[in-house]
Amino acid sequence: MQNIINFFLKNRYFFLFLVLLILSLFFTIRSHSYHKSKFINSANWVTGGLYETANGISGYFGLKKYNRQLVEENRRLRNLLFNRKHSYPDSIPDDSLLLHRPAVSDSTLLSQVNDSMVPQTRSYVIRNASVIKNSYHSLKNYLTIDKGKSDSISQDMGVITSNGIVGIIDNTSGHYATVQSVLNTLTRINAQLKKTNHFGTLKWNGVSENIVQLIDISRIAPIQEGDTIITGGMSTIFPKGIPIGTIKNYALDSSENYYIINVELFNDMTNLGHVYIIENTNKDEILELEQSVNE
Amino acid sequence: MNNNAFTNGIRFIVLVLAQVLICNHIHFLGFISPYIYVLFILLYPLKNENRALFLFLSFLMGLSVDFFSDSGGINAAASLCIAYIRPVVLRFSFGSAYEYQTLKISNTNLGQRFTYLSIMILTHHLILFWLEIFSFTHIFTTLKKALLSGAFTLLLCFLFIPLFRTKNQ
Repeated sequence: MQNIINFFLKNRYFFLFLVLLILSLFFTIRSHSYHKSKFINSANWVTGGLYETANGISGYFGLKKYNRQLVEENRRLRNLLFNRKHSYPDSIPDDSLLLHRPAVSDSTLLSQVNDSMVPQTRSYVIRNASVIKNSYHSLKNYLTIDKGKSDSISQDMGVITSNGIVGIIDNTSGHYATVQSVLNTLTRINAQLKKTNHFGTLKWNGVSENIVQLIDISRIAPIQEGDTIITGGMSTIFPKGIPIGTIKNYALDSSENYYIINVELFNDMTNLGHVYIIENTNKDEILELEQSVNE
Repeated sequence: MNNNAFTNGIRFIVLVLAQVLICNHIHFLGFISPYIYVLFILLYPLKNENRALFLFLSFLMGLSVDFFSDSGGINAAASLCIAYIRPVVLRFSFGSAYEYQTLKISNTNLGQRFTYLSIMILTHHLILFWLEIFSFTHIFTTLKKALLSGAFTLLLCFLFIPLFRTKNQ
């Protein structure tokens, strides 16, 4: 017994080293699997607060560019608004913009529009946020945004900009959230061709920060360089039709049955300021239904 | 002693901030990033060191950087490893000066200092990049990244070491 205690005392530094090493490897391995980096992430108030302060300072240098982006987006939205057949009241609920279905939850607004045109529920709610930390150089990139649980942000919501997709919400804290970027080798997003309905999976091989890969597109699909890729409606995260990018080049995979397509992103992932977060309000219902089918 | 702990605390905070706010944004040629926070481990006082505390602080240093860069525990593991092997590398690089506890990093000659810094930084970077990629299939990418980033870190360390020299010693 004495010998065992002596042995431990003699090698106590080695054992301390071993314990800490196992702990750090545990954190590393956790972070390699999807949605498991619960403890070590930048969505806590220390790191989030610091990034927010730093971003507040550096944000001033990009104000001109953001303004230009906003004017451009306003122009596009006004274009849509004026070209509609039915004119809706020009007040949109301030923090939520409606996507796809021109649905209105407010009963006073509802009375002013043609009831038969408008579904009673809205399926997507959009919220805005600022990116306070961006990364695009490692293999597993995460962003941090300045909205969290208290702004009704939760895991598995989609994140987009006016140009295209950015990623998926990963961890949330009270006022911050981390976003798993499309530039992350763990990310899988359902995507399809814009002109036909052939769908596949979007992933990233970690090489270039503006090229992602679309796999599992059947070889009978008519594809051409320059075709647009959009999100498919098969996940509960993104609605159908959000732009992703254009086809840069393509090749058949080793089985010669599916294409591997290099997609050039519309979004400049190295330059993200303001983003939109999409909540699918029917998500629970869809998942419940799919669950019951599987059982 | 108290003064020493205070200096170390300040150094810890300054290096974490410098790493996450400045160095994490440097991507020279697209993939070369410096990891300047290893200076904390390299320059940790040698005199009467409490080894358990040193190991723990190094671990904490890496973990703080991990928190900021959403990278799991890779920086923590790499920092811990070089903290553990530091006595061996010190003995190898400086020889008798280390044995007699008269060593100050800022007073050593350039060749010895180069040996010490390059062994420590290279070990750190190899562990870091290997854990980040976590497979042997990309072994050449890992080696290339570790070597080039290591050279960059080494250059910055040489430039920064005079800044950390304490006057009264």
